[in-house]
Amino acid sequence: MKTIKTCVTALISALLVFSPVAYADKWSDQFPHIKATGDIPGDCSYESMSKKNYKGKTLKINTHAVPVMGEPTALHAEQFAKLTGAKVDVTHTPAGDLYAKAMVPFQAGQAPYDIVFGFSNFINDWRRYLEPVPKKYVEMKQMKDVTPSHIGVASWDGVMYQFPVDGDRHYLKYRKDVIDNPEYQKQYKEATGKELRVPQTWKEYGEMAAYFNNWDWDGDGEKEYGSAEVMKKDDLMYAAFYSRSAAYSKNPKTPGGFFFDLETMKPLINNPGFVEALTDWVEATKYVPPGGINFGLGDEIGSFGGGQTLFSFSWDDAFVAAMQPDSPINNKVGAAQLPGATKVWNRKTNSWDEGFNQAPFFVWGWAVGVAKKSKEKEMAFDYLCFFANEANHQADIGIGRFGVNPFRNDDFKVDVWTQIGWDKDIAQSYVDTLAQMEQSKNRVFPLRVPGTFEFNAALATAAAKALAGQLSPQAALDEAAKQWEDILNRVGKDNVRKAYAVGVAMEDNKQ
Amino acid sequence: MNFKHKFVFLFPGLFVLIGILIFPIIFTIRLSLSGWNSYTPEMNFIGITNYIRLFTDDPRFWESFFRLSFLSVTTVILQYVIGFALAMMVWREIKFKRFFRVIFLVPMMTTPVIMTVIWRTFFHESLGPVNDLLGGLGVKPILWLSDPVIAKFTVIIVEVWQWTPFMFLLLLAGLLSLPKEPFLAAAIDGASPFRKFVYVTFPLMAPISIGAIIIRLIEASKIMDTVFVLTSGGPGTATETSSFYIYIKGLREFQMGYAATLSFTYLVIMIISLTIIAKVLTKLMIKE
Repeated sequence: MKTIKTCVTALISALLVFSPVAYADKWSDQFPHIKATGDIPGDCSYESMSKKNYKGKTLKINTHAVPVMGEPTALHAEQFAKLTGAKVDVTHTPAGDLYAKAMVPFQAGQAPYDIVFGFSNFINDWRRYLEPVPKKYVEMKQMKDVTPSHIGVASWDGVMYQFPVDGDRHYLKYRKDVIDNPEYQKQYKEATGKELRVPQTWKEYGEMAAYFNNWDWDGDGEKEYGSAEVMKKDDLMYAAFYSRSAAYSKNPKTPGGFFFDLETMKPLINNPGFVEALTDWVEATKYVPPGGINFGLGDEIGSFGGGQTLFSFSWDDAFVAAMQPDSPINNKVGAAQLPGATKVWNRKTNSWDEGFNQAPFFVWGWAVGVAKKSKEKEMAFDYLCFFANEANHQADIGIGRFGVNPFRNDDFKVDVWTQIGWDKDIAQSYVDTLAQMEQSKNRVFPLRVPGTFEFNAALATAAAKALAGQLSPQAALDEAAKQWEDILNRVGKDNVRKAYAVGVAMEDNKQ
Repeated sequence: MNFKHKFVFLFPGLFVLIGILIFPIIFTIRLSLSGWNSYTPEMNFIGITNYIRLFTDDPRFWESFFRLSFLSVTTVILQYVIGFALAMMVWREIKFKRFFRVIFLVPMMTTPVIMTVIWRTFFHESLGPVNDLLGGLGVKPILWLSDPVIAKFTVIIVEVWQWTPFMFLLLLAGLLSLPKEPFLAAAIDGASPFRKFVYVTFPLMAPISIGAIIIRLIEASKIMDTVFVLTSGGPGTATETSSFYIYIKGLREFQMGYAATLSFTYLVIMIISLTIIAKVLTKLMIKE
């Protein structure tokens, strides 16, 4: 009897002591996605959303195919529907068709979707059809934590059109277990006379990748390769090329444009800096896995994340995928800023400036907006706010395939990552890399001008021809520059200049 | 019944014709004279500017057209030869004839996009089973999708696999409808199988062959899904075809006006070239 009394007393005491935790976790019981943190109080938390009543209303969303961004959209739609009583219809569309699928009804004055997902560099074409994010959301606590760079990416001339749900930049990912391996360091030194270290320049990157190409350096019985890169035309390869070009072409001494000279609007993409980058890239076709020249983003994530290559550089997804508990290279990878160059092209003096140069590329990423013609704007913004609330965001950024990457100051805390199983030094290198990029004064932002698609497509086609050996790097970029001139003439130089100036102001640290 | 009454009966058909054929063509022509794109979303009038651009400043379209010609002619010839051979095989009294007839049709029944995804997986250079099998035989990995020349043949393989059954079906139907008498006469004259084929079967099949070839050429000239899924037109622009290029201009880059110009020009070229091909084939294959 005494034992029973003791047990009952202990049980009651435990319930009393842990009741606040039990309350905080009542949402994670229903929604296991946030089991690591429980609900986190805020304007768009689970608790807050449960007080909204959208019963009888339908929210229509066009998003990307599953899993990248499509999976979290659908997951949060299901949660939002459960909490608010709304009906949420989610349509999944391949990346290449996201632009047109929204743009056709936009131009026809229709709004088949209340919410449209796309890329942040669509902003200039889409903004006239999107509802600016209302003040109450812009001033929310969760928005105040978004980094200035990503507020800039989501805004145009100070007006926020895209609701921040993702943060993107390109950086270097490498196999820490190889680069830090003393045996391999010795072997590499003997073979090349050089240090094996995190590559500081693209030339070092190429040399190391070539050395660690086509042999089994991790002892798994399979051959490994030097680098996995997005080289497939029409599959975001132009972004990879800009990443490789930034160090050679973004000269802090020559503000006023990376893609064009803002004064004259002369395309700069065939200057020796870009040509040098494309020459390096053509060389890279020798150290990518078989078929690597056809790798799209998904292939790159799978290749590096699956342990097939020494290096990779692009969005966070490959790194996060590599760090997931089920990954064969969990806690064997490192992050660093994109490699630099020992020289950078100076377009004013028409010569190379010698000395180390490095430039982070704040590549475009996932972006989402609410259609101006939507009849459910409030519900749409509530959904987006819920999508990006603290609890959802913390859970989403730890799942590589979701494509949700850090864009808040809180994301740059080591604890966020160690909580999901990352080694402390890896988490530290990751957050340091991201933070250094934020602090850099020599950043490159994506091209966000009228006709962005045409410019990028022309560049991608030319670069793809060089990679396939159809044209030399110089001839390919001359062809691209000529096409850029034609596009400028069609769109109007002044139109492009006006829009480009917004991005240049960010690059020149004037905004 | 007077003249007006006849028109009453013609109107429904005429309306349908206008709705599904004439209107889209006229709309495309009008669109081709506009500069509709992502930054000028209106049906403005820019005259023949787009046509001048196409004929003076767009070598990529013409390259894609000649590439398409190569791909479609090669695939249709292969489909015709293989389809004819298969049709001849099951035309004869062989065991499991019905089974083979169904089996040969299976590729055509599958969804092209899904099958191309499967082919892409087969041909994946580092993960696909084809190079694994070749590796087992001591053959070096083949760059099925990354070599500009080999990638074209990979597209041809997939197209031939997918559409040979269509050719097979038409040619088998033709063979089954041939009169028996010429074959009996040839047999009585002691003609060898080869001579029977050259002097009896092939000439009798000529009208059906021409029809089948033209139908397949029309279809092959629209090749898009295979290229889209298998290579995205790459590496470089090595497998880019006209329809894929028009898709890029229209729905990727959103140059609607210019894409309409490409489409209309392409339509005119196809009508002219297919008419010429039909005439040439008739002259070559049908002896009066």
